[in-house]
Amino acid sequence: MEQKEVELLQLLEKNGRLPADTIASMLDLGIDEVASMIEKLEHECVILGYSTLVNWAKVLKHESVTAMIEVKVTPVRGKGFDHVAERIYRFPEVKALYLMSGSYDLSITLEGQTMMEISRFVSDKLSTLDSVVSTVTHFVLKKYKHDGVVFDKNDDQDRRMMVTP
Amino acid sequence: MIDHSAHFIADHIHELKPSGIRRFFDLASKMDNVISLGVGEPDFVTPWNVIEASFHSLELGYTAYTANAGLLELRQELSSFLETSYQVSYDAEKQLLITVGASQAIDIAFRAIINPGDEVIVVEPSFVSYAPTIKLAGGEPVVVEATEEFAFKIQASQIEQAITNKTKAILICSPNNPTGAALGLDELNQIARVVEEHDLLVVSDEIYADLLYDESFTSFASIENMKKRTILISGFSKAFAMTGWRLGYAAAPEAIIAAMTKIHQYTIMCAPTMAQYGALEALRNSQSSVIEMKNSYRQRRNYVVKALNEMGLPCHMPGGAFYVFPSIKETGMTSEEFAEALLNEQRVAVVPGHVFGESGEGYVRCSYATSMKQLTEAMQRMKIFLKDKIK
Repeated sequence: MEQKEVELLQLLEKNGRLPADTIASMLDLGIDEVASMIEKLEHECVILGYSTLVNWAKVLKHESVTAMIEVKVTPVRGKGFDHVAERIYRFPEVKALYLMSGSYDLSITLEGQTMMEISRFVSDKLSTLDSVVSTVTHFVLKKYKHDGVVFDKNDDQDRRMMVTP
Repeated sequence: MIDHSAHFIADHIHELKPSGIRRFFDLASKMDNVISLGVGEPDFVTPWNVIEASFHSLELGYTAYTANAGLLELRQELSSFLETSYQVSYDAEKQLLITVGASQAIDIAFRAIINPGDEVIVVEPSFVSYAPTIKLAGGEPVVVEATEEFAFKIQASQIEQAITNKTKAILICSPNNPTGAALGLDELNQIARVVEEHDLLVVSDEIYADLLYDESFTSFASIENMKKRTILISGFSKAFAMTGWRLGYAAAPEAIIAAMTKIHQYTIMCAPTMAQYGALEALRNSQSSVIEMKNSYRQRRNYVVKALNEMGLPCHMPGGAFYVFPSIKETGMTSEEFAEALLNEQRVAVVPGHVFGESGEGYVRCSYATSMKQLTEAMQRMKIFLKDKIK
């Protein structure tokens, strides 16, 4: 992949709303070039989407509960972990799913409205899957940083003097 | 109460003009909602691993003085950094000195080499402290002007014309503050020829070396026969975003470093110990942060240069540092008037060019070491400001 495409991806990964004309100036490209580059990367599924990072803890009555679940599974012959992974990631409340090295196999990030919802998912949906051997559920108490963004806004204050040589 | 203490002040300090940047700072600081393009330092915070290493050194109790020349471990790391990055080799024990910012290195370099009345050729527009530092050391700054015609790159012939039998040294800074101009290999070679011919010394301020965007950097000391005629000055402030740590260095032939160290040991003792431990970590493990910051500066430079040219403030594409130096001559205002009106009308702070020497008149310095969000807003405000000012 050429250097400018990589830079474009890095810019959009940080700020999905950066206007195309600004990107064009920053990368010394034409606006059309940027537009077609983005289109190509979307088509190739390199760019999979544009989302907004929301601090739901600040939205009244929409506070959610996040849990990280460690899952041990028995891989299925011929299908490895992919089969059970698919069974799990199809659930919309599963926000992230990774295959891990180490003492367990799958890591699930689960979001729900209440703790009850999470526990119901674990006991009814997850544990009952044939290949799931065991689960350990950890609840998130506070989010400090997500996807490279620190939630406390005081963190990025400009502490420099107004004019310096 | 009337302050009678002024008559105690030494004459040559009375004569020293206060920096023009100060007045502008006072103006801008009293206003709200100002977007500042007037800051001569990175907008990034020092990489965390550097901060953490400095903490750790304090936890371990490394709170005493270091050797006058700085921690040997740091000088050794610096020596290999200079070798790998710029192909110049300096002996860690005899040819390197860790200083309190590049500014102190410049100060003691001049104090070490200047006899009363010696002339030092200074390329302007330049960083505000060069000429005063030379004067304070008892020397005479002789100004040569880098002009827009040559994209603010000084020509060897201009330097040659300024040489007299009193000329001791030439001070160059590339990439340059405030113009961003970076001298290429050809230009450096031509300057080297003049230096050799007239038996001069070069004080080369290379503080922005790691912030050169389109080419690879050539240290003046790496040019054939020039190492023995160069005092290379640099520091950690710009590339590693460590301005407040006040840590710089000088690399030079043994006798010069020995002379500088003599001044250093009597006036400073040593650079701050915790900052030196931070710098050690910076050299060892922060190259990826430097590259990341550099990419971000390059993108912002491209954006700002295009925006300024489009709004009618012609400006060349600077090779390095984080400044652009657009001409404001079309507005018919002086750079001071321009900067003040822009601040009053649109709350954008830029630095009037004459602050960096008379040849900076007709230009303003805009720093793009600020977030894209702020830059975009600043460019919009400047466009509105210029609406009724450029035909």
